[in-house]
Amino acid sequence: MDQDLEVDRVSKRYNAHLAVDALSFAVPHGSFFSILGPSGCGKTTLLRLIAGFLEPDSGDVRIGGHSMRGVSPNRRPVNMVFQNLALFPMMSVGENVGYGLARRDIASTEIRNRVAAMLKRVGLPGAEGKRVDQLSGGQKQRVAIARSLVLEPTLLLLDEPLGALDLKLREHMKIELKQLQADFGTTFVYITHDQSEALVLSDRVAVMSAGRFEQIGTPQELYYAPHTAFVAGFVGANNRLSGTVQRVDGDIIELHTAQGLALHARCTEHVVAGNEVEAFVRPEVVGLARDAAGLATGTPYYTGRIESLLFDGANSTVLVREQPTNTEFRIALPQTGQFADLRESEMIVFGFDPERAISFRGGNDGR
Amino acid sequence: MADRLRSRTTATLAGDLVAPHMRLALFLLLAPALLWLLGLIVLPHVDLAVLSLRTRVAPRTYELGFGNYRTFIDEPLYWHTFVRTAVMSIFATVCTLLIAFPAAWYIAKIARGRAKSLLFVMCLIPFWVSETVRTLGWMILLRESGVLPRLLVELGITAKPVELLYHDTTILVGLVYTSMLFMVVPLVSALESLDDSLIEAAYDLGGNGLSILRQIVIPHAAPGIAAGSIIVFMLTLGNYLTPTLLGGKNSLWFTEQIYTQFITRFNWEQGAAFGFLLLVLSTAIVWLGLVVTGQKFGDVMRRS
Ligand SMILES: Nc1ncnc2c1ncn2[C@@H]1O[C@H](COP(=O)(O)OP(=O)(O)OP(=O)(O)O)[C@@H](O)[C@H]1O
Ligand SMILES: [Mg+2]
Repeated sequence: MDQDLEVDRVSKRYNAHLAVDALSFAVPHGSFFSILGPSGCGKTTLLRLIAGFLEPDSGDVRIGGHSMRGVSPNRRPVNMVFQNLALFPMMSVGENVGYGLARRDIASTEIRNRVAAMLKRVGLPGAEGKRVDQLSGGQKQRVAIARSLVLEPTLLLLDEPLGALDLKLREHMKIELKQLQADFGTTFVYITHDQSEALVLSDRVAVMSAGRFEQIGTPQELYYAPHTAFVAGFVGANNRLSGTVQRVDGDIIELHTAQGLALHARCTEHVVAGNEVEAFVRPEVVGLARDAAGLATGTPYYTGRIESLLFDGANSTVLVREQPTNTEFRIALPQTGQFADLRESEMIVFGFDPERAISFRGGNDGR
Repeated sequence: MADRLRSRTTATLAGDLVAPHMRLALFLLLAPALLWLLGLIVLPHVDLAVLSLRTRVAPRTYELGFGNYRTFIDEPLYWHTFVRTAVMSIFATVCTLLIAFPAAWYIAKIARGRAKSLLFVMCLIPFWVSETVRTLGWMILLRESGVLPRLLVELGITAKPVELLYHDTTILVGLVYTSMLFMVVPLVSALESLDDSLIEAAYDLGGNGLSILRQIVIPHAAPGIAAGSIIVFMLTLGNYLTPTLLGGKNSLWFTEQIYTQFITRFNWEQGAAFGFLLLVLSTAIVWLGLVVTGQKFGDVMRRS
């Protein structure tokens, strides 16, 4: 597959602060690529380097196979959807969508037709005459995307475009964005600090931290096989337990936490007894039962007291304090309704398959 | 239904009880403003209007009529001066706008922190000295034996000192210089409220400098531009000192005619008519300007 975007060892420094640190990646044609990272990790800087608002200190950005060095933003085959959308308030919806076409000296009847067709495709037929401030948040969103897509860019860059919307609308627009991208087949590069957006929308996700990529992979790879402690901690909910390695048995290690809890986890890195490690156990990996007989045989189990019930429909979890070490575990409730009558401060047993708990050497997660 | 009726009657009752107090308080609060409006603006103008409609036929005998306005039309010098003042004022306003816009852009969008306040202060500095002194400063620089003509001779650009005063250009330079601040301030506040991402978005969509200026920046800054232009135009039209000092005898500024009628000729009636004409002129041109650019006066004054 040919690559629409290739970023080759690109760096950008603001005074003493290295915002983007020798990043390289490629985005194949027609895919949805997300960059996921905490606030201030350099996501916007990276996007502005691609859009051309910033020049890299070193390295090269290639779009559709052509180097973009010295090419100004208005000549690059990329368009950007800004975080605050940046719709032109002095123009109508139709003029907003037609702005880019008019800059290309296209005949006005042709512009009118293309604008109408585009507005129809994003579900706003006949909205040309409306003023921008007459639109709802979601409609503005669609106009902003339509304004870029009508130019048929090689690449569409989106900088946290759902950030300004409320939760409900965000959920809805997430699905719409995915459909729009599939519909148009345009390559999307999407920036977010919301891991659920990245996981739901993307073909591939890059997890970014302090100007570097920690891992690039499919949402499934990031979720089930994180390469670093940072990725394990950032993508999806996780119980994080740090401790010292006691025993190594193949790729299963036994570690003891400072509170004295002993547990088993998988470790793909080379560790020896005495190393500091961090283990991550996903809430849905942990099995819950009223007594030991209810758990899968052969896995170690623990006893705990229920601290609180966090009911959230299908995402309900419980906070459990392991006894006697008092270590906190967040455990997903099975959706069978089997534990619907669970009460706070009830005693319960739980356990997990060590193969599905993953651990990394401590002190390398960059936080 | 019954509830609503009852609540309505209580409301009217309460309104009736409270209203007299409220109205009195409101009146007292507004009294200074009303007094100011009436005493200092409306009354003198009514008086001026009445005065302008009297013509002196013999010492101490007056006749009501449009005689003073007829004199204005019949005497070419008067209406020449009138038109000339209007055209020069419009031209000065346009020049001020053209010079102030890049300066305001720099202050609002490019300069940061200390540089920004420093630039603002630089616009303000000319106002630390009185207008008279400032204009005399220009005269010292520009008169035949002044600094600039001598410099031109020293540099070998002119053979002998040239008189730089008493030209129309000199008047324009003086007027633009005096008006700068009043254009820069509303422009800066209008441009500061323009979101940078709009400019970036336009650039990203393929716009270039000129199209962005025309389609994004100017429409956004229009109320600020209109406010600045109105203020500068009115100040220029009513300016007396700068045209008289820099233009000398042949400055032909309309305010000078008014001054002459009132003070030299002691023909207050004629002066009043001229004053009234100037008021009508400035109102008409401001109104025309707003109509042509599609602005509303209220919006403009609120935004600036
Ligand atoms: N113009 C600038 N001058 C100096 N430092 C800057 C500038 N812009 C950004 N930075 C710094 O670079 C780092 C990365 O900024 P960036 O805006 O790329 O972060 P981000 O990942 O987009 O964060 P957010 O999710 O909060 O938008 C930050 O630490 C920021 O302080
Ligand atoms: Mg950002």
